[in-house]
Formats: sequence, C-alpha cells, structure tokens
Amino acid sequence: MTNNLRVKSSKFIDETYKISFRFNNKTYYGYKGDTLASALLANGIHLVGRSFKYHRPRGIMTAGSEEPNAIVQLHKNTSRTEPNVRATEIEIYEGLEASSQNCWPSVNFDIGGINNFLSPVLPAGFYYKTFMWPASFWEKYEYFIRKSAGLGKSPTEPDPDMYEHKYIHCDVLVIGAGVSGVIAAKTSAKNGFKTLLLDEKPYLGGSTIYQNSEYFKINNQISSSWLEKEINEIKKIDNLEIKTRTSVAAFHGYNFLLARESLTDHIPLHQRDEKIRHRLLKIRAKKVICATGSLERPLIFDNNDRPGILLSSAIEKYSNFFGVTCGQKNVLFTNNDSAYETATSLLQKGINIKAIIDNREEVDSKLVKEIEKNNIKIYKGYTVVDTFGYKRINRISIMQLSKDGQKVVGSKISIDCDCLGMSGGWTPAVHLFTQSGGKLKFREDDQVFIPDKYPSDQVSIGSCNGEFTLDEILSDISKKLKDFLNIKKTDYENLEIQSHFNKTKRNIWLLPSDKIIGKTKPFVDYQNDATAKDIKLALREGFRSIEHVKRYTTTGMGTDQGKLGNMHALGIISETAGSRMGELGTTTFRPPYTPLTFGTIVGRNVGEYFDVFRKTPIHDWHVENKAKFENVGQWKRAWFYPKENEGMHEAVQRESKAARDSAGILDASTLGKIDIQGTDASEFLNRVYTNAWSKLAIGKCRYGLMLNEDGMVYDDGVTTRLDENHYIMTTTTGGAATVLGKLEDYLQTEWPELDVYLTSVTDHYATISVCGPNSKKIISKVIPNLDLSDEKFPHMSFKNTKIDKIKCRVMRISFTGEQSYEINVQANYGKSVWDKCIQAGKEFNITPYGTETMHLLRAEKGFIIVGQDTDATMTPIDLQMDWIVSKKKYDFIGKRSLYRSDTIREDRKQLIGLVTENPKEVLEEGAQIVLDTSKSPVEMLGHVTSSYYSPNLEKSIALGVVKGGKNMMGQKLIIPMENKQINVTVTDPVFLDKENKRLNA
Amino acid sequence: MFVIHCPYCGEREQSEFKAGGEAHIVRPKQPTELSDDQWAEYLFMRKNIKGIQFERWVHFHGCRKWFNMVRDTSNDEIKAIYKMGEKPPVK
Ligand SMILES: [Zn+2]
Repeated sequence: MTNNLRVKSSKFIDETYKISFRFNNKTYYGYKGDTLASALLANGIHLVGRSFKYHRPRGIMTAGSEEPNAIVQLHKNTSRTEPNVRATEIEIYEGLEASSQNCWPSVNFDIGGINNFLSPVLPAGFYYKTFMWPASFWEKYEYFIRKSAGLGKSPTEPDPDMYEHKYIHCDVLVIGAGVSGVIAAKTSAKNGFKTLLLDEKPYLGGSTIYQNSEYFKINNQISSSWLEKEINEIKKIDNLEIKTRTSVAAFHGYNFLLARESLTDHIPLHQRDEKIRHRLLKIRAKKVICATGSLERPLIFDNNDRPGILLSSAIEKYSNFFGVTCGQKNVLFTNNDSAYETATSLLQKGINIKAIIDNREEVDSKLVKEIEKNNIKIYKGYTVVDTFGYKRINRISIMQLSKDGQKVVGSKISIDCDCLGMSGGWTPAVHLFTQSGGKLKFREDDQVFIPDKYPSDQVSIGSCNGEFTLDEILSDISKKLKDFLNIKKTDYENLEIQSHFNKTKRNIWLLPSDKIIGKTKPFVDYQNDATAKDIKLALREGFRSIEHVKRYTTTGMGTDQGKLGNMHALGIISETAGSRMGELGTTTFRPPYTPLTFGTIVGRNVGEYFDVFRKTPIHDWHVENKAKFENVGQWKRAWFYPKENEGMHEAVQRESKAARDSAGILDASTLGKIDIQGTDASEFLNRVYTNAWSKLAIGKCRYGLMLNEDGMVYDDGVTTRLDENHYIMTTTTGGAATVLGKLEDYLQTEWPELDVYLTSVTDHYATISVCGPNSKKIISKVIPNLDLSDEKFPHMSFKNTKIDKIKCRVMRISFTGEQSYEINVQANYGKSVWDKCIQAGKEFNITPYGTETMHLLRAEKGFIIVGQDTDATMTPIDLQMDWIVSKKKYDFIGKRSLYRSDTIREDRKQLIGLVTENPKEVLEEGAQIVLDTSKSPVEMLGHVTSSYYSPNLEKSIALGVVKGGKNMMGQKLIIPMENKQINVTVTDPVFLDKENKRLNA
Repeated sequence: MFVIHCPYCGEREQSEFKAGGEAHIVRPKQPTELSDDQWAEYLFMRKNIKGIQFERWVHFHGCRKWFNMVRDTSNDEIKAIYKMGEKPPVK
C-alpha cells in the first residue's frame, strides 16, 4: 500500500512514534495520535464494514462519535472483546486488533450482500410484515434473522477490567471544549465558580484547533493559534477541572448528568491491569453550559453510501488534524460554504480537487472566489444523481437542478473520483439539551432546530445553539456569559473577528434524481439501511407520527441514534405529508448520547458487591456449620444444613423430623421488629390489625393480620404487650421496612392525634427459636431460674428474664405447631446464647434447621406465608381466616373493602389444602389446578402455592388457591403437567395436629 | 433526578425520598357508612394530572417525615413544599 496518503506532518500526530495494529487479520502501521479510522485511511482503506440489512460495503464517513458505518469489533475471541466500537473514536495503540462486523465470510466477500439485489423485496417494515405469521414460526424466523443480521459479538467471558462511579458537584459544568466551551470555562473559573470542563475527544479545542486558514482570524491571529494560547491558560486555573475522553451520556432534570470518563481504552492491553477502565461521573451542577457543537449533515441522493463518500468536514479533519488525505481525486458536493473551507485546507496541502458540485446557483463569498482562482471547476446549481464503484467510489454523475430544485434537467456529466465529500450544512447537537427536557424551535432560514426553552439553569452556546460561523459565535458569547453567570465583564468583550463565510444554503432534503424513487437508494439512516424510499413508503401506508415512521422504517434506531440522518427523515416526512417542519416535532433523543459499556453502568457493583447483604449475629455459626443460604430481601438466611452426602431434600427431611421428634433450633433474627410505645399504642394496633388488641393482657402475645386499605393481606406476625403502653411487633422478614413505612404514613398523615412512637429494632435483637417436644427441657437448662410450667408460662405469653447477666425476652409462640420458645437478646449476645442452646440441646439431638424446614413445618400446620400463599389478591376470608377478623371493631385498615361486591364473591380464589392420589408425588409450586381437561380452553381454577413431602405425615402435602375452594372439600381435581396429569383431592389446609395438642405436649 | 428540599432536613437527592401519590385525599372517618361506589372513589380514583399536581412525599431514607409537594408533572418543576397539616399554597 502506498504511504503517500500522509500529506503533511501535523502537530497532532507524532510521526516518530510508529504503532502497529491489526485490522481484519492484517498488520498495518499508524502513528501516535491516530484514530483507527485515520490510520486505516492513511493505509488507503475505506471499506470497513457491511451494512445491517443489505450488506452493502460501507466505509468511514465521519471523524467523530456520530459515525454510523465504521463500527468494528475489538479484540475478537478474548475477554476484552467489544462490539460496535467506532473506528473514528478509538485511538490506536500497540497491539490493537480490530475486525469488521456484520459480514461473513469477510468484508470483501459477504454472502449477505445478496440482500442488496433482493432489496426490492426488502422494503420498510419488511421484518414486521413477513415474520409476523404464523406466530408459531417466530422461533425459526428469529434464528434466521439473528444469524444473518446482528451487530457484532458480545464477550462470553467475564470482563477483566475495573470500573467505578464518582460523584462530582460543581458550580458550572461546561460540556464541550471547542472554542465556545474553552471561553466559557475560562470565564466561569476566573470569576470564582468551581468549574468542570468535559470533552469526549482526547484534546481540547474542538474543530477550531486545527483551523489553519487565513480566512478565519481572531484578533488578527489564525483562529487555531489564538485558541491554543487560551487553552494553555485555562490549564493553569486552579478551580477549573478539565477532563478529556469524557463523553456526557445523559442530561437529566435538575442538572443531574452522567458522563463516562475513558481512562485506558487508548493504551496497550498489557498496561491496563490494575487500572480503572471507565469512570462513570455522576455530576450535579448548579449551572450547565452546553457547548456541544454541531454535526455536519450528509446529502441524500442515490447511492450516497459507497466507501469513499465522507462528510466534507471529516475530510478536512483528516487532512488538517491527522495529516491524511482521504483520496487523490477528490470531489466535494455541497449546499453551503463549508465545503470551501475543506477545499482551502486541501489546497494548502497540495491535495487534488477535481470539482465542487454546489446546489446553489449563485455563490460569491470571498472563500468561493479564492477557490475559483485556483482553477477548480465549480458546478453551480448542480446535484449528484448517482455514484459508481462497489467497494470504493470511482465515478459520479451530476445533473443540473431545476429552478425549484424539485427536478434535474439537462444532460448528465460524469466525473471520475476516488473520494466524495458532502456537506448539507450543520445540525446543532441538541441531544443533551432535549434530554434535559429542553424544548426546541425550528429556524426556517437554514432549517435547523435550536434550543428555545431551558428547563433548568443552563444555556447553550456556540454551534449547538445554531451559531455556526466564528463571528456569530464570538460576537455574542461575552454577553451571553455575562447574563448567564451574572458577572460584569469578560475577557472577550471586543474580539476582532475575520470570517469569510457566507451563510446562504440551498436546503433540499431529498435531492432529485433522473430515476423514479423506486429505482434509487438514497440512504437516510446508514446504520440501519433506511432510505428515503422507505420513509415515503411508510407515509403511503398511512404512518403519520414521526415516532411511528421511525419505528416502522427503523430510521434513527441504530447505535448512533441517527445523528446524521434524523433531520433529513423529518424533512422528507414534512415535504411528503405537506406539513411544516417543527409542527411534527423531532423524535426523542434518549440517553446515552453514545453507547456505554455495561461495566460503566455497574461500576464496582459486581460479584459479591452486586448488592449489600445483611447478616444475622449468628451468621458465622451457620457458615461454620456448612449451611446453604438463601436470599430473603437483602438478608442471607440459613436455608438448610446438609450433612455429608446430603442433598437439600435429605437435609430438610431430617431437620423437619428432628424438630417434631425432639428439638430444632432456628435463627429467626431477620424477622422485622417494631417497638411501639405511647398512650395510644393499643388503639393504634386496633386500627392497623384486623383483630382486637385493647384487651390483650400485659405479658401476652397475639398473632395479627394486617391488610391494605383494599382489604388484601399485607403482612402478619406476632405482637407482644410488654407493658401498658409498650408493644413489640414482629413482621415478615421481607416486609419489615415497608410495614414500618406504612404505619408511619398512617400515624403522620391520617391519625396525627394518636400518641404513638415507632422504632425499628430489627437489628437490635437476635432471635433464637427452640421448638419441639424437648424444647422446654432445653430452655430450662439455659435459663434455670425461669418457671416454664404451662400455668406460669403458657403458650402465647412472654417473660422478661436473664441468662446469666444478659437481659432477654422470651416469648412462648410457635410457627411450627410444636411447643416453642423464642429468645430475644441484644444482638451482640446472639451468638453466645445460640451456643448455649446448642450445648444444652446436645443430649436431645437439637437440630439446627433453616428456612426450608421452617416452611415445611408451618405448611404441615396450614400456616400461611404472606407473599407465598398470598399475592395481594387474597383477603383474610379467602384464606379461611375469618376467625381473625373482628366483627366488633368499627374500623381498621381494609375493613370496608372486605364487603365490597367483589370481595364477597363466593367464587374468589380461596386457600385450600391438597393431597395427591399417590402420596409420594410432590406437586410443583406454581402448577395450575383444573377440574376438567376435556373441553378446551381448559378452565384454570387456581394454582399450587406451597408444596412439600412431609416426613412427619409420610405423604405429599400442598397448599393452593382455588376458585370457590372453600366449598370443595373432598373434591377431586387435576394438576396438568407437561407430560402427565396428577390427581389430587381438596382438603383442609391444616394437615397435622388439628387440635393443637402438641403446643402443650 | 430531583433535588428536594425536605422541610425538616433541607436539600437532598431524590433517591432519599419516596413518592406517596396524590395529596389531600382524606381517609373517610366513617367508612362503613359509604356505598361501594363512594369507597371505591376514595380507594382507587386518582386525578393523575399533567401539570400542577399536589402530592405526598416522604423523606424515607432520612428523617422519615411525610410532607406535601406541589409539582408540575409536565416538567417536574417543584413549585412548593409544605408540611403535613399545613394549608396548600394558593396558585
Ligand atoms: Zn428530612
């Protein structure tokens, strides 16, 4: 490959620092400072990928983050592989390995390219139309679509890199370090504001920093030299923090922004270990200055997507910044003066320009005249109608535009070329502004959307505000900054600007062709292969809303969010539909502005740090004793304690049997505990529970059921009266926080007159539950002074006592149906009391059991678990718990809802027990319950909510909810499974010890 | 993400708060006197306004106090914040 594509040394490129990299398995060289795109162009490579739908050869189009085509896969088949990386953004480093995406077997010979010839049958909405029916075929379609489409491959191994999140608070955030951003940041910082300046590029200065033309001067200096001095100055300001390679991803309300700082993506892989790769900055700024610049528009004409067709501004940047020429026979195609800037820069470097095609009939700026002096042919009032060359453009044909710009006239002229630069004017980069809730207005003169109403303390300056020329930007910036920052003066009051740029533009959204539109491919969205033809088809088929057209044609739905072509899509829609631009609005730009890696989003929250977890004071004992844990909310709860060779089933069967035969011990510390005090505590409980509380004696415990105002069961637990005005409430483990929140809500907002104070004490106590026929003997060994006789300490009562010097509360309550004692001690004594119980219980084979056994034991007794046997659609009546609903109380939360027409229906789902015909067969939780499978559709009566094999009853038992279940005792029902049917009989939900004899055994 | 001025603690991030729906819906003092329709009106019906809305918030991960907020739901601008029991500001 020739190397004379490097035209002139550039100060941004270090030609003494050679870097080798691989692209599609071939080694190439570039220099430090190159992006992958500039290095490839310097090697004469334009073709880098294939398009998504038609697999058309595509090349590098831009020099920035808006790139739709040149997206590559980095480091294939490694844990660091990454798809959809824009070649125009990635800086090359030694050992970089990139490959083309979306092509097979290679970018030069791609089988999917056949779609290009099939394109007449691949119109807009093709996927919707073709793959919809029959629905059962979708799996097959999906396989086919995924194989032939898809953008890149995701890694299959864990990400070896580290990421982190950081909060930043500042007075003023400046987004974009172009000429406007630099001026804004300096002014802000010098006036004492703590300022943060961000830019997505590795350098400061935007596009002005490589503007070397004599035609653009500030204070009589070439604009880039002037700006360079400013940049050198701002680097020395203390209260100004500057971050490059930092892309603002999201601008939320109240000036909350997210930015990704890229720290290692530009250095060789072997230097990245132990370093943070990306840092997600969470920024809260008092004021935000958007100086996000603008994006050059492409032009929409037939075959405007061939490799070798670039934005004119990109050609200028490759030549000025990277010292690379994109072609040796260049043609520029424009509707405004920007392309002449490019031409000037190419001429300066001695690069050949064959012609300039200008939509405008009259052009007379100084810039244009200078170009004409160089004997460059300018075709005024012409348009490109077609391009040729499959893997690289080699020729264009042009025709003259009619006066109204709607047709082409005259005869075709053919021009050979190897590079075509296009300029359709500029689109302000208002993405972040609109994300923040800003409203745009449409400026008819040059057909651009610009910021109108700011939703927060922010301002847009420079070309993102529609000020495109240097004189426009700089003449107004001082006043704007003074107003926004509320300061008296700036250093930029009387800048002398020279800018030979004429602002006229001839905007034609879809350029006419000599062919009918059906025979052309004018691409609007390059990444998603949406053409102007597709948009027109969508309108013919009746789509009107821009959001609908977008989804139907997939315009703007690629990883680039249509940064280049969205405006043209809007233009074509409004022209075709006969509506005015601006009336249609724009599609919504959503965060992130450029894609974020998952690593950036999760930061350090991976592996064991994925979420915080809560441990009980006895946690370490469970770990030492080989417990398996389950997550209950954020708690780690001991699930079961397998002995050697035991699986879960064996362990749970053993634990369950031991608890009923002799003694079991459970760590119940995770249960929510709310301390309730105040003179109205009893009245409060009356109002929040379904049953009555006023008459509960001091020292007694009572089970309570709490409803939502809609009558549905919300939580349950035992509450104990410790004193006249003092209760301790227990809640479910998962419900602790929300129950407290709900109680506080009622107390503060509905019943502020009640004298009640609530305190969460869940973490303050360890709760140890010892149950089984030998529990009394064990507790008497642990607390010898306590009278455990049934007369002195009956079921559902409580004692304040001491274990040695440790104060504790002992409740005699049971969730298993066995005689059972619950010891509550200050959390830091939990482990030692647990050890004492284990020690004392040794002779009785005391068996630690986990949550699974707890669930099994309570199911044998038909006790519900809120959230497992209920799902916010079950009333206490549905649960056959009528006994707990007070008839006497005038009101309690949810009472009125219990006799709404819907809640008194007889055919509501009701809780029942189920036993299987074959006692060994255990049902699946969640399985459907039906009566009759003979007629279709089969009526679903309900589902299984809890199911176990009971070692104590030696049979399978289950709880379920069934429509009208209360009146179905003894009814035979069917559980249909994938390959069999299980016969079951409806029973009472209490399977064991209906008379509650065991509580006092 | 909003910055909310808790009337008890001052300015805090929205993540410390929870929203509690429309404000100034008083729980009926005598629910048993109400017809199904009247009860359903209290229980289920909410205005869900686009524009100025009165709503309840709680500083859940802070002082845990409930308070009222006037918010423009179309642009999330917080117009006013006042304590429970206080009269809503007039427009
Ligand atoms: Zn607060």
